[in-house]
Formats: sequence, structure tokens, C-alpha cells
Amino acid sequence: MIPPLIVLAVLIGGWELICQAGWVDPLLLPAPSAVATSLWEDRAILGPDLAVTTQEVVFGLLAALVLGIVLAVAMHLVPMLDRALRPLVVGSQAVPIPVLAPLIVFALGFGLAPKIVVVALICFFPVVVNVADGLRDVDPDARRVLNALGTSRWQRLRFLEAPSALPAGFTGLRIAAAVAVIGAVLAETAGSTAGLGHLIITANAQLASARVFAATALLVFEAVALYVLFSALERRVVSWSPRTVS
Amino acid sequence: MVAEVEALSGPLRVGTGVSVSGVRKAYGDVVALDGVDLRVAAGELVAVVGPSGCGKSTLLSLVCGLEPADAGTVEAPAAALMPQRDGLLPWLSALDNAALALRVAGASKAAAREAAHAHFVRFGLEGFEKARPATLSGGMRQRVAFLRTLLAGRPLLCLDEPFGALDALTRTQAQTWLAEALAREPRTVLLVTHDVEEAVLLADRVVLLSQRPGRVVSVLDVPLARPRARTEQAVVELRERALAALGVAE
Repeated sequence: MIPPLIVLAVLIGGWELICQAGWVDPLLLPAPSAVATSLWEDRAILGPDLAVTTQEVVFGLLAALVLGIVLAVAMHLVPMLDRALRPLVVGSQAVPIPVLAPLIVFALGFGLAPKIVVVALICFFPVVVNVADGLRDVDPDARRVLNALGTSRWQRLRFLEAPSALPAGFTGLRIAAAVAVIGAVLAETAGSTAGLGHLIITANAQLASARVFAATALLVFEAVALYVLFSALERRVVSWSPRTVS
Repeated sequence: MVAEVEALSGPLRVGTGVSVSGVRKAYGDVVALDGVDLRVAAGELVAVVGPSGCGKSTLLSLVCGLEPADAGTVEAPAAALMPQRDGLLPWLSALDNAALALRVAGASKAAAREAAHAHFVRFGLEGFEKARPATLSGGMRQRVAFLRTLLAGRPLLCLDEPFGALDALTRTQAQTWLAEALAREPRTVLLVTHDVEEAVLLADRVVLLSQRPGRVVSVLDVPLARPRARTEQAVVELRERALAALGVAE
């Protein structure tokens, strides 16, 4: 916990010094102290927008998780489906969201639905790929034991493959947490009436740089918080993994 | 359900024995086994010894029905396999690992645990019921793995170099408890090992396989009373005969 705080303190301290020295235009790069002031003074604006974005992120992540796991299990059980869908899954990640997001907003309106779709679209790839690989990469000796016992396909999934896939699944989820926030902001910039992405656009138009950075800081904080939350959850759930034994 | 589980792990389920005739198995251009004949009578312990890569593990896969032979026939009753590295599931406790075969056979979690726990004292595992495999010693892991194999309630046990990864001292202890466990709960056993001494100590007969492609070089009967000591004259002589048959001069 201490090392990242030291790095953060040094970075923010250096940034503050550069701004105080007057080397950069505060309109381009506001000082951390100005951002902190904005965080406090604009809290009545930032708070509700943070709540909106968080809602989009959480629902989008949930949708990605459910769809990703269902698809990964289906691809695992039906190899033909894996071969048929894997290029599409990879392709879905290459679609530029700024191109797609306005179309989704156009189809689903300015509400919550298009944001959930965009967040889910971005997050679903790391979930599918990690879960599918995790289901496949099981201990070959354990597989031999269960095969010799004459287990059904369902039993192998339940007793061997699903638990084996949990650590990889959590890796996917942590990656998804980091990109989910980007997805929410991109969806909001495509068309919205609230949320931190929406706030950034309006604050930019008003040249309120400090507020833009304050909103950005909240987005960064949200991504880190989700990552830490999922890591903690992983330590509880996957308590056998060498990674989680500290 | 408890009664059912006990019936599964009951004594003297030795079944019909194993018959392997003229078996050949190749993986691409690599011929693992070529013309292997092998008989294991019901209740007998047969050890298969051979150099690394002679197709010993392949033979067990065929007997366990994990893969088909390219040629020849394999007749064997239902088998439980104990792999070389224990194959324990790292997320399950020692007790749940031991009970895995019972769970797979449809027993409830509680009934399977109860049946497995009945064996924990004898296998020196008492007090480690809730321990995960990663926290157990190598010897204890093998005991849990063997217990899982035993509790599968199959007439045939296929043990694939069960003690290959253990240090010499632990292996000696493991051979002792294996002999004791099989004396209590007789089964037909096919034991694959690269350790000639282990084979002579444990088996009724020792089948010697050649370098790849594996062929049966010789079969040695071990008509010695149990328990056997590695220092016994007859054990030492049989070991030397086996080594000589494998072309290893000592």
C-alpha cells in the first residue's frame, strides 16, 4: 500500500511544482491543488454524475460477466462453436467504440441502456478469452483421474474445469474493470445527459480545466477501486492459488 | 446413502482380472507399445517395470479405457487411476479430495466425507482433513491420492509411478503403507514403476518392458511372503535378476 502512495505523492508534487513555477498554462494543465479545490467545491455536480457513471460501469460489467461466462462455457463444450465464434469475439474488440457508440445511442436513446451495451461490449472480450482458456488449461493428471472414473461432461465441468478457470476468470474481470470506465465515458460522449463523461464535455466547453481533471481523477479512482475490490474478492474466493497466498 | 457408500468401498471387490493381448499403440510415428501381452489375475498385484519412455503410462491409459489400442485387445474391469503427480484438486480439502470419486459416483457431500473420513486415521491423515493439498507433504499427498483411488470402489487399481516424485525415505514409508492398505482392502493392482526394488517388494509378479517401443522382455514371479524387507536375500536376488533382464549390469 505504501509504495504506490509514494509514487503518487512524487508525481503530484512534481506536477504541482511545475504549475506553481508557471511553466504551463493552467488552462491546459491545472495544478493538483486546483483540481483538489474543484473536487471539493464542485462536489454537488460531480457526485450525481459519478453515481450515474458508476451505475453504467457496474451494470455493464455484470452484463459482460454473465454473457462472457455463458459464451466461454458454450465455446468450451462445443469446439465447433469455439472455432466459429473466436474470430468474431476477437473482432468485437477491434471495433472502434467511438464509431459504434453513436449508432448504439441512436438505436437505444440517451438513457442507461446504450451505456450498458457499450461497457459490456468492451469488457466482454477479456472475460470470454480468460474464462475459455481457464476452462481448457486444467491439470492433465486430474483430468486423467476423472476420465478414468467415467465422469460425465457435466461432472468434469463442475468438479474440474470450472474451479480451474476461476483464477483466469478473475484476471479477466480485473482487466475488464479497468476498461469498463473507458467504455462508460465513450458511451456518454456519444450522447448523454449525465455522467462524468458528459460532465467532461460540458466542462471542456466552459474551459473549466480543473473540473475536467477532477472528473478524470474520479474515473481513475473508480477503475482502481474496482480493481482492488475484485482483487480482494479473488483472494477470498480463489484462496488456493499461489498468486493469492501472500 | 451412507450404506450405499460403504458398499462401494467394501472389501474384496477384486473383480475379474486384466487381459492384454498383442497390444500396439503409436502416437504419430512414435510407437509406444508393440505386441504387449499381459495378464493380471483377480486379486493379484502385477508391477510393470521399464526404462523411461517405454510406454508404461500408455499401457495404464489403455487398461483404464482412456484411449483405444491401435491393435490387439484389452479386457479389464472398471479401474481407478492414480497418476504420477497426485492429480489432487488444489481447491478441495484433503477430505474432499479423498471423497472425490464418491461424489462423482453420486454420493452427497456429507456421506462422501463420512466414508472418506473413516480411513483418515489408518492413513495417518487425521487432523489434516481440512488442509489443502498445497500445505501437505509429498507423502501425505500421495496417501490422499491413493485413498481417493481406493474409495472409487473399483475392482482394479492402476497406479502410475505413484511414488516416483517422493524422496527415498518417504518412498520407503509409502511402500509400507501401500502394502498394508492392500492387505486390508484387497484389489487387483497394476503398478507401473521404474524402480525395480519397489516392484519386487510389492508385486506378485514383475513384468519387464524394453526400451521404446515397449515389449515384454521377461516376467518374474515373486513367490515371497509379505511383508518383505529390501535386505532379504531373495528380494536382493530377484532385483538383480530383473536388472540383468533389463540389460542393466550392477
